[in-house]
Amino acid sequence: MPTFGTPQLKLLERLCNVIAVSGDESEVRKIVLEEVKPYADDVKVDALGSVLVTKAGRGRKRTRVMLDAHMDEVGFIIVDDEGEGLYRFEAVGGIDARHLVGKQVFVGRERTPAVIGAKPIHLMDGDEYTRKVPLDSLRIDLGPGGKAKVGDRAGFATKFRRVGPSILAKSIDDRIGIATLIELLKHAPPNIDLCAAFSVQEEIGLRGAKVAAQYFNPDLAIAIDSTPANDLPMHDGSENISYNTKLGLGPAIYVADGSTLHDPRLVRFLREIAEAEKIPYQIRQPGGGGTDSGAIQRSLAGIPTVSVSVPHRYTHSPVSLARVDDWKHTLNLLHAALGCITPELIAVR
Amino acid sequence: MTDILPFLKSLISVSGLSGYERPVASLVTEKWRPLVDEIRLSRVGSVHGLKRGTGKSPRPSLMIATHMDAIGMRVSKIVDGFLHMTNVGGIDVRVLPGAEVTVHASRSGEELPGVIAMRPARFLPESVGDRVHTIEHLLVDTGLLPREVLKKVCVGDLVSFANEPLELAGDVISGHTVDNRASIAALTICLEELQNKPHVWDLWAATTVQEETSFLGAYSSAFELRPHIAIVVDGTFAKGPGAGGWQTFTLGKGVGLCIGPNMHPFLHRKLKELAERLEIPWFLDVTPLDSGTDAFAIQVTAEGIPTALVEFPIRYMHTPVEAVSLKDIQRAGRLLAEFVASLEADFVDTIVWDD
Repeated sequence: MPTFGTPQLKLLERLCNVIAVSGDESEVRKIVLEEVKPYADDVKVDALGSVLVTKAGRGRKRTRVMLDAHMDEVGFIIVDDEGEGLYRFEAVGGIDARHLVGKQVFVGRERTPAVIGAKPIHLMDGDEYTRKVPLDSLRIDLGPGGKAKVGDRAGFATKFRRVGPSILAKSIDDRIGIATLIELLKHAPPNIDLCAAFSVQEEIGLRGAKVAAQYFNPDLAIAIDSTPANDLPMHDGSENISYNTKLGLGPAIYVADGSTLHDPRLVRFLREIAEAEKIPYQIRQPGGGGTDSGAIQRSLAGIPTVSVSVPHRYTHSPVSLARVDDWKHTLNLLHAALGCITPELIAVR
Repeated sequence: MTDILPFLKSLISVSGLSGYERPVASLVTEKWRPLVDEIRLSRVGSVHGLKRGTGKSPRPSLMIATHMDAIGMRVSKIVDGFLHMTNVGGIDVRVLPGAEVTVHASRSGEELPGVIAMRPARFLPESVGDRVHTIEHLLVDTGLLPREVLKKVCVGDLVSFANEPLELAGDVISGHTVDNRASIAALTICLEELQNKPHVWDLWAATTVQEETSFLGAYSSAFELRPHIAIVVDGTFAKGPGAGGWQTFTLGKGVGLCIGPNMHPFLHRKLKELAERLEIPWFLDVTPLDSGTDAFAIQVTAEGIPTALVEFPIRYMHTPVEAVSLKDIQRAGRLLAEFVASLEADFVDTIVWDD
């Protein structure tokens, strides 16, 4: 098993604290390049900005395994300068505008501090305070005379924190996958050629993973992501039957989501490894949503694909929450699984 | 003029919700101790600092009051380790989803970080759904396991905003309790200026409790100190996204001097004349009814106290990103100091209703 402790959490902290909105993943790319270079046989930044790393195994009968995690996060892009330090912006990726009022953001490469405010409650008419503030009436405010450029990206200013068994941070989706992939690359087993795709633009249509799969042409693929844990109480105390995943139950293995029927051979394989290694796991409730697996599976002549996610609460919001142990178990499961992959796993009989 | 920013940042980095102002009172007491002749807490927790004048005893006294309490939330119920909340003061629930908060856990004495969670629509009654979630439908998640939460947190515990101060362009500072810690900063500047400026009157510098809920501090401090006149310092509304009507004023462009039923017109006129003489930019703020500030309470304390209201614009009031201009704070501080220094022994006798 790879060691797990402070260095891994420090890496995740660095990754979560930088901003990399879909289409402008530079800040994460820099960290990835720095981390993977000592362990890679080949490193390439592709036409979209994904970092594609190959680490060859040793010996004969090696399986070509693509591991994917996405570098991008949901955020904002400045679309108009209204003067006086006020800027109009659009959301990049699925953001509920109800999460934006009263939040601090950083704008552009310089991480210029700014806020998203709202009309004071004292000045509202009637039941105005019960109505949503639409995104197009919100502004990013840099302060009088503050300067940003149209096209600059912005993201939440949330700082990574450890609390008891949990992590509170922005963009756990999918920096926790990026950190996992970096750790797996550092401990790649000899039986596989590891093809690591640190892909771009997942949040706006799985675009980086699609071309990464076409570049790598792997025998099989695993998308490593972070999936919502909606394990919160129902308002009337009834049983919550649509939790998707629950925190604390370990890695979430996908069987089916909105875009993929995950390869049953790979699902069975991961479950067997988990049982053999006594690693807790959960099956993500079948349903909507999706990961890069949707794009990878349909690439080329079809690629056997599965998805494994670390569960987190409060997806695409200023602060998400995950459990350290779920991450550790995810890393251990994937590491154990990689070492056991053989060509027979996906052989067509 | 000393740099007030570090002190203001410390003031807006602590909680001090209405009724629980001690963290602010401690900062104020420490800062003011060398600036005043006496300092103590009132029975209900307001800070009273006395800076004695040079006039013959018994000297007349002026109170400058700034409230130090803040709006926030408190725990109303604990379900599966998640905290339900109710409001302390006028909270706009629309700022809550995704907000970082501190839970003041009374069983363990810890300050626990947390985040306010908005549940998916299907978890809530149809009437809520994807609308704005009222406070009873929002939850605080501390990231702790449910049994740990029960060991640490109790119904009634306070929940305050936790975001750190942010310095914006144009000498603007943003944070969760700019209303009304910025006024404490202005009053502190006033006290600093008065170190080298003789004044005849006694000055009571007061930071009051519970303005956001009941004006308890304003009523009680005015009664106890019984000043001859009072000036209240508080925020008014800055122009900004969503706010542009006649009640709003440009950030960084000066000090607000209020007229309306809570304010004595003579004091207003004196402040206005002084601002003009000192070339301190100012604007007129009309409050047709209740000013919604400590002035409302102080004016009717005891036999009635002539009261004025000095303000500066705050953008996004009652959100965690309230923003204020440091220039306006400095202007307000200077105007207050000059006003105190300008008071002559017989000023009270000159107060008239009609010119």
